[in-house]
Amino acid sequence: MKRIIAASLVLLAALAGEARAQAYPNKPITMIVPFAAGGPTDVIARIVGEHMSRTLGQQVVIENVAGAGGTTGITRGARATPDGYTIMMGHMGTHGAAPALYPNLRYDPTKDFEPIGMAAGTPILVVSKKDFPATDLKSFIAALKERGDKVNEAHAGIASVSHTTCTMFLGMIGAKATRIAYRGTGPALNDLVAGQVDFGCDQIVNLVPQINAGTIKAYAIATPERSPALPNVPTTREAGLPDYQVSAWNAVFAPKNTPKDVVAKLNDALSRALDDEGTRKRLLDLGGVLPEKAERSGEWLGRFVASEVARWTPVLKAAGVTAE
Amino acid sequence: MGDLFGNLALGFSVALSLKNVALCFVGCMVGTLIGVLPGVGPIATIAMLLPITFGLDPVGALIMLAGIYYGAQYGGSTTAILVNIPGEATSVVTTLDGHEMAKQGRAGIALGIAAIASFFAGTVATLAIAALGAPLTRLALLFGAAEYFALMVMGLVFAVVLARGSLLKAVAMILVGLLLATVGTDLETGQERLTFGLEALSDGIDFAVLAMGLFGFAEILRNLDNPEARDVVRGKIGRLLPGPADLREAAKPVLRGTGLGALLGILPGNGAVLGPFASYTLEKRIAADPRRFGRGAIEGVAGPEAANNAGAQTSFIPLLTLGIPPNAVMALMVGAMTIHGVIPGPQVMTKNPDLFWGMIASMWIGNLMLLVINLPLVGLWVRLLKVPYRLLFPAILLFCCIGIYSINNSPSDVLFTAFFGLVGYALLKFGFEPAPLLLGFVLGRLMEEKLRQALVFSRGSFMTFVERPISLGLLLVALAMLVVALLPSVRRSREEVFTE
Repeated sequence: MKRIIAASLVLLAALAGEARAQAYPNKPITMIVPFAAGGPTDVIARIVGEHMSRTLGQQVVIENVAGAGGTTGITRGARATPDGYTIMMGHMGTHGAAPALYPNLRYDPTKDFEPIGMAAGTPILVVSKKDFPATDLKSFIAALKERGDKVNEAHAGIASVSHTTCTMFLGMIGAKATRIAYRGTGPALNDLVAGQVDFGCDQIVNLVPQINAGTIKAYAIATPERSPALPNVPTTREAGLPDYQVSAWNAVFAPKNTPKDVVAKLNDALSRALDDEGTRKRLLDLGGVLPEKAERSGEWLGRFVASEVARWTPVLKAAGVTAE
Repeated sequence: MGDLFGNLALGFSVALSLKNVALCFVGCMVGTLIGVLPGVGPIATIAMLLPITFGLDPVGALIMLAGIYYGAQYGGSTTAILVNIPGEATSVVTTLDGHEMAKQGRAGIALGIAAIASFFAGTVATLAIAALGAPLTRLALLFGAAEYFALMVMGLVFAVVLARGSLLKAVAMILVGLLLATVGTDLETGQERLTFGLEALSDGIDFAVLAMGLFGFAEILRNLDNPEARDVVRGKIGRLLPGPADLREAAKPVLRGTGLGALLGILPGNGAVLGPFASYTLEKRIAADPRRFGRGAIEGVAGPEAANNAGAQTSFIPLLTLGIPPNAVMALMVGAMTIHGVIPGPQVMTKNPDLFWGMIASMWIGNLMLLVINLPLVGLWVRLLKVPYRLLFPAILLFCCIGIYSINNSPSDVLFTAFFGLVGYALLKFGFEPAPLLLGFVLGRLMEEKLRQALVFSRGSFMTFVERPISLGLLLVALAMLVVALLPSVRRSREEVFTE
């Protein structure tokens, strides 16, 4: 018996030694998604993560840690051991709007991470109930300005994407709507389809089927180019509000001080996923916008995060929005 | 009507392919197992199994995931009956009489009747979805904030009116439940409320954390307090399956429960949770001898179980016909569909008829499978009660902890459950029952959200609740129930719904 134990200990030690000697990655990688399973960020993480697993030869396991607009999960990710076995899917909210929304935020989006690369963005659309008396973005904005707080806007709760992006929209056009909070995009969309509320801003993923079915009306998509998923919806540039460019982007980050070669490997795996035909198609079907080659490096993402924080902070401060 | 049969034929031709039947079976089996494990819920399981479905076609994947969902609903009742732990909000009511039946050695009958009631309700609900799915959708759209608030008020009156064993204690518990529901970040302003600066509380208390604590952990503490009570359960194990007399007693409650559950399940914002509560209230209200409730009345298991399963099925309606998920599990199904390249919306029915009708047909097949899986298992589950409690309770605790951790991968949730376990034990000692508290908690969050939305819509006027016909109707029903409660003749019959 003793001999068996001794033998297995030796074997175990040998295996452990071998494992250490092996190159990264030699065990599954956890990708923290800071939102509940099933949402747009989660779906993108799962699609991208699946292809990354193939390149890395190790499973990329999605761990949903939702809470406080995504900051709970990202706080945990920022504090994880920087060995490349814990990475996270950051988001416009967690790495752009959060510093303005959460005064006690326990991470700095620009300093506490090794940016790995942009995954996919989901464009924002301005939509209204189907019988709202407006034909295009111009007349819609005019109606908003004229009727002021008589118009009801639905959003998915303070600090949600639909809330922050509509804050920017309202600030830009200088209108004041009555804002109504829902618990999540599902109930908000339900009331928009039912005509109980007048309008809202939300990610394309949630809206495409409703727009195509004519249950809601879309005025503009806040991207430079039209989406193939909605070829008839004009861009904000075409519709006369060119400065309203906003997308709920999703990007992969590792904790600060993750080794350079590990970051490079992860970046490569992510980029390969974005080159894969099948993966591309699934992301594009969602209405996602994929980064060009030039926008795939970690350095580019680092600069982008800094510009997003600089852009969101004054918008949200001016609207007096915090979530503490 | 010809359409309906044509569509169902298409559905069954999809669902009955060997692969899809196998996937349906796997889903139901996995769902039953995780439902039986206390604390491990369908959300965590579906999220974990999503990657496995990548290799499948969308129809097969969704059939399997749907199987997990209603399998878990079913399995949750097993735990509620055997060990008095509700796995889901919807099986809270099953603990009341189901566990009492188990204590009297009628666990097999309770489990059997739950299986049969669920199957019947599932069959009717599936037919309802197939025949009336599209028109029923309009009901979901008629329910605005004011209507929803009125519905919640009615739900609370259920509890107040009927929980009269000690009215004061029941009301106190409901209010504590409402108060607990306000913990977390304020939806409108972003202010944190009652969080004491704890980050873990910033999104409020999870239902499972509260329920596992108040029911699961507290029940274990109580059992360890007086070991004799457990031996009673172990000693008596009677007949395994319900006899004709049991079936006769259960038939009407099952019918009523199915109707109530199916109707409430369609509503947005998780109306399905009200179904079992409503059914239990109704059964107790019209029973010849209401005192039997809470002491192992078979109607108290049959009705709510039927309502529970009917609601679980019909909550697919808003998802399939509108593309709008009514609860967290359905939101996850949306994610699963999008991953598989099917974006749920109003057009799924016309664009992907094989998926739409295949799923509906597979729901019925799934219900049949649950019956086939579960009836033979009843004997096995009942034998679990023979396991000495000193071996059983650490296992239950362990699974509870794993399940709670898996909800949001959060260790603090486990600690909070332990805390609520102590609270629940203290409540039991002082004669307060946790069921009204849970009902208040479940309704409270929605009630507050809808109340505030309705008032913002009306720009602060409370008249909105009486100006809108549906809302007015619901409030009148609630009022009528309160008035009835004040009549002395019924006061006596109100006694034990939630106090047992």
